[in-house]
Amino acid sequence: MKSLKYWQSINLALLEEMRRDERVIVLGEDVGLPGGPFGATRGLQKEFGPGRVRDTPISEAAIVGLALGSSMSGLRPVVEIMFMDFITLAMDQLVNQAAKTAYMSNGSYAAPMVVRTLAGTHLKSGPQHSQALEAWIAAVPGLKVVWPSTPADARSLLKAAIRDPGPVVVIESASLYTSRGEVNVDSDDVAVIGQAAVRRSGGAVTLVSWGGAMARTLAAAEILAGQGIEAEVIDVRSVSPLDHQAIGSSIRRTGHLVVVQDANGPCSVGSEIIATAASRYFADLAAGPSLLCPPFAPVPSTPGLQTSYFPSPDAIAAQVASQLSRPTENQ
Amino acid sequence: MAAERLQASGIMESSLHLSIGQEAVATGVCDVLRRSDLIATTHRGHGHCIAKGGELAPMMGELFAKSGGYCGGKSGSMHIADPASGILGANAIVGAGIPIALGAALAFQQRGQDDVAVAFFGEGAVAEGVFHESLNIAALWKLPILFVCENNGYAEMTPASIHLASTDVAAFGTPYGIPAASVDGNDVLVVRAAAERAVSQARDGAGPALLQAMTYRWRGHYQGDPETYRSREEVEEWRERDPLARLRAAFPEAADHFDALDQAAAQAVTAAVEKARSWPDAEAAALTEHVYAASA
Repeated sequence: MKSLKYWQSINLALLEEMRRDERVIVLGEDVGLPGGPFGATRGLQKEFGPGRVRDTPISEAAIVGLALGSSMSGLRPVVEIMFMDFITLAMDQLVNQAAKTAYMSNGSYAAPMVVRTLAGTHLKSGPQHSQALEAWIAAVPGLKVVWPSTPADARSLLKAAIRDPGPVVVIESASLYTSRGEVNVDSDDVAVIGQAAVRRSGGAVTLVSWGGAMARTLAAAEILAGQGIEAEVIDVRSVSPLDHQAIGSSIRRTGHLVVVQDANGPCSVGSEIIATAASRYFADLAAGPSLLCPPFAPVPSTPGLQTSYFPSPDAIAAQVASQLSRPTENQ
Repeated sequence: MAAERLQASGIMESSLHLSIGQEAVATGVCDVLRRSDLIATTHRGHGHCIAKGGELAPMMGELFAKSGGYCGGKSGSMHIADPASGILGANAIVGAGIPIALGAALAFQQRGQDDVAVAFFGEGAVAEGVFHESLNIAALWKLPILFVCENNGYAEMTPASIHLASTDVAAFGTPYGIPAASVDGNDVLVVRAAAERAVSQARDGAGPALLQAMTYRWRGHYQGDPETYRSREEVEEWRERDPLARLRAAFPEAADHFDALDQAAAQAVTAAVEKARSWPDAEAAALTEHVYAASA
């Protein structure tokens, strides 16, 4: 076991997969010589050369299309879209093309490609550098979306994504980039996409989150523990496909569901989790579920405003306490 | 043309974008390609797919929404794809095939193969940003790709002069340093010669090339198009430049040979239609198949 930072784990996963499989190539803006804007691709071009690690122009549509075409022709490209906000420029190639390659060709073609992108960042870069758009991708049949919240998962989910036979979007949190965690570097740890993880066990309430909001959700669980409320915290890890079963098993024990996300609420992944739980696990719910999310507005750039924009540990804890004290159907 | 008749009579329900009149471009270019070279084509891709080696029965099967169609009958005319023939796929999004073909060229370069990729598109696609992005990257990385523009003068219902500041698409090679040529797209031998030059240079590592082939589509943008945007005189004028008739005229001594080819082609199409129609329809159970790629 080794203590690694989130960005180091991403770097390690890329290194390992590129050594293991010569078909894996890396494309993106600033990924080569500069080693990536935040270090994720550091050292790769030096080891694998400028043919396998290519700096691209600022052409999101073309580079995602390029990745798609090369993956249909036997390569395993990992293309970086610097900020998830910019994925909007590549939506045709991602949604109309890559997502549907296997379906439209009746399985004779596949698109084993990965798009890595930074989302829900808490940098002071404002409304066009901070969005969490995972819902847009999760809504498209044919695309898988994962979002690691720990260094170990950053490595194992990226490895799984690279080895997946289809297109996978791997979302990374800049707010987590320097966070540390234990990583089992001696084992070829490959996650199962579609499998959630229970980060903390408890019987009072099921707290579900992912990505950058996980840390604040776990902090809220500590606040609640101080109040005698033991929360169970589930990290979905995979935004699509979602592990509804893991959430359901937890709800069966706790009777309460609170979802915490950094994305806007309407038509979001949190909405999806709640809608499914409310219909599938209604009998197990003692009260209506809650969705904690930012106000319906773009992400502000000022740090002070950002603190009140994203759900804080105190706000999460307060919502849980309020939900648990609501009168139930059976009272 | 068989597809046209079948759709008109209600037997076939697929939407159709016919390339009748543009045969010389598909044939001239594909004749110099290997099976392992890859092409990406457009919503108007039947001709390219046939010329590249796509089989008629599975193509017809796709138009008839049969389970034996190239895409299991689920994708239709605009998405025919066949790895065995080197067809990355037809595409309903204008210009989208261009970066995809570029990706194939990248794979060839990466593996040190001397295969080439060809992106077919109309002059309408030149207005899409991704066309310019792709030319830029192709030039920067010297990728083995031939960009073939079938300039038929109309993007859907709008003449080129309305939507292109430069209606000479070959001129777009210049800012990127990509060698470009413009040819009579209805002269199959001229098209072939230009394609052969560009492809052999690409195989030698010279990088991309742009070929503009001036041509015309005899039918509307889609089957059902009332064609109010062009005159019947213009259509007639271009029909006189029929690429097939011109090839015949260039080799009068081979008239019998051409007759035999025409007959064989008609028979092949009839046989393909019969075969396709005999296949079962795409099943409801197939609706959720291949949404995700299967593990290797």
